[in-house]
Amino acid sequence: MNQSRVRIEPASGWASLKLHEIWEFRELLYFFVWRDIKVRYKQTILGAAWAILQPFLTMVVFSLFFGRLAGIPSEGVPYPIFSYAALVPWTFFANGSNQAANSMVGNANLIKKIYFPRLIVPSAVVTAGLVDFVLAFIVLLLMMAYFRIYPTARILWTPLFLLLAIITTMGIGLWLSAMNVQFRDVRYAVPFLIQLWLFITPVAYPSSLLSEPWQTLYGLNPMAGVVEGFRWSLLGTEVGSLTMILLSSLVSVILLVSGAFYFKRLERTFADVV
Amino acid sequence: MNKVAVEVNGLGKMYHIGRQQANYATIREAAARTVLSPIQKAGQLIRGKATAASGLEEIIWALQDVSFAVQHGEVLGIVGRNGAGKSTLLKILSRITEPTTGYAEINGRIGSLLEVGTGFHPELTGRENIFLNGAILGMRRSEIGRKFDEIVAFAEVEKFIDTPVKHFSSGMYLRLAFAVAAHLEPEILVIDEVLAVGDAAFQKKCLGKMGEVARQGRTVLFVSHNMVAVRNLCNRSLWIHDGQILLAGPTTDVVDAYLQNSLGSEVADDLNLLLEQLPDDPALRLDKIDIRQNGKPGTVVINGQPIEIEIQYTVREVVRGLRIYFDILDEQGTILIRSFNDDDSDEVPIIYPGTYRSTAVIPANLLAPREYELIIRGTIFNVRQCTGDGVRVRLSVGATSGINRAYPQEPIRSKLQPAIPWSNTST
Repeated sequence: MNQSRVRIEPASGWASLKLHEIWEFRELLYFFVWRDIKVRYKQTILGAAWAILQPFLTMVVFSLFFGRLAGIPSEGVPYPIFSYAALVPWTFFANGSNQAANSMVGNANLIKKIYFPRLIVPSAVVTAGLVDFVLAFIVLLLMMAYFRIYPTARILWTPLFLLLAIITTMGIGLWLSAMNVQFRDVRYAVPFLIQLWLFITPVAYPSSLLSEPWQTLYGLNPMAGVVEGFRWSLLGTEVGSLTMILLSSLVSVILLVSGAFYFKRLERTFADVV
Repeated sequence: MNKVAVEVNGLGKMYHIGRQQANYATIREAAARTVLSPIQKAGQLIRGKATAASGLEEIIWALQDVSFAVQHGEVLGIVGRNGAGKSTLLKILSRITEPTTGYAEINGRIGSLLEVGTGFHPELTGRENIFLNGAILGMRRSEIGRKFDEIVAFAEVEKFIDTPVKHFSSGMYLRLAFAVAAHLEPEILVIDEVLAVGDAAFQKKCLGKMGEVARQGRTVLFVSHNMVAVRNLCNRSLWIHDGQILLAGPTTDVVDAYLQNSLGSEVADDLNLLLEQLPDDPALRLDKIDIRQNGKPGTVVINGQPIEIEIQYTVREVVRGLRIYFDILDEQGTILIRSFNDDDSDEVPIIYPGTYRSTAVIPANLLAPREYELIIRGTIFNVRQCTGDGVRVRLSVGATSGINRAYPQEPIRSKLQPAIPWSNTST
């Protein structure tokens, strides 16, 4: 950075992602993540317990209504752990994309006063969400012990599905945060969108309720792949088909790449509009 | 190494402003627009083309065809009225926003301070904010660690360093914010009005630090309304007016020309703005304030001539002891002079509704050549302040009084410089 030479001029069309710049600013990324983690549960009574309560209470409600009353099948594992194993990555996704969507507007002051690669802002928010994920995941492991479900070698695949969740969350977060700068409609649309998304994702029910080829096409929803993948690698339930997982992976990568270019394209107007 | 630190060529920036109100011929047309326009916008949004302002008719060039170069080690002042385009220029150079035309080339590591305390988080402690803010300003973690003690000492907040900054007084907050910023060491520093914060004493400390930076041979681009600071720090200056460079050259010439030009209009605008911001009072409204010297309005004055302060106001109900007054304060906020419009009255006057004009004359040969703050207020004796914090303006006094003229290099150390008659005889 020392002998830098920068040319500032108007750019047009689709910009390059300049990923090397993000590497240069990695310390700032680290500080943003650190700030988000530090500040997240300040001045709350329950503090980090919120990270666990959210998926846990949802699980309790789901178990009562969907598991008990509606009698939705749970692939041979107890319904509570069936739904909780899906709710852990789902909560990460839901909170992550919601917070990422508002992150650019929330940091408007910084964006108007300081230069740094803007991609850092939503990236930091999503990364900070991993702390919540880990806490909720520990509870998942405890629940597995309680229900005497012991992990097999398949658990080694879990990080891959977590990566898939991160990619999906980032992709959605990038699209929404860039749009939100231009039109604040996004802020109101996001909670609604995520709520709907929950219903079209096999969180409360297994994807095996669908018949082929619909079950495979279900993979077009990247979160379907994530959720089924988590259950498959941790609980040993059967996943519909490998094609479905691959389809989900493909969609999530497309989301991330397109989101990054879209974000980059709008980036140059952020400071003027936000 | 290239001797040019910053080269700017034909730089321009266009903004879309306002919204042209479309005239709809029929209700049906209006309804159709209301329904269709969001759909069209959503389409543009997906394609990455829309901005909230695109499609608006009105555009404004905040900056147009600006070209200049800054050598390494040069301290360049940038002056101009509010809205002239100075901040836009700095924003482009700091890469916060992109130019519409032209280009700028920056040779060296650039750091910009468009505001102090950017990114401070109220929930984090002083210590945590130093690291966070330092990183935001572009410092390495190791660099911040190395300078940490120095920053804390400069800010004078040792005792509170582990307290969340939301519990800081505003003074402490600003000191800490500036301290971090002041320890930024880029090769090229871009600064905008940072000194316009804090009390006068703190501003003075900041100025000292700025001078230090300038003398270290750093390249600095300095935007300020404080002409004294610009004069002291910058060897060369630009005067930007309506987005274009009106004059560039030695600071003395540029600042003089700028001050000559800005006397009057700007002051009047600013004063009216300040008057509008006063809180509403049932008994008193300040309508107009004029500060004049030799019939010319302005707050940049000389001490060899009297200064007139004319206040027009409306009294809305019968009040006893309504008083209009002004304070003249020094840089530390000490009141040097307080004067009421009824100072000469024998008993508490009763004021009836109506419009009034009170004029005070600050005599020639009383003020020293320095910066003062002038505050104009109205109050009802023993009841309340009617005008909140009052109208506060900076009074810049230049020396022409002839006092001290044999020793021009000797600074005037007193806060006031009244002409005291002396008689010297040999005995």
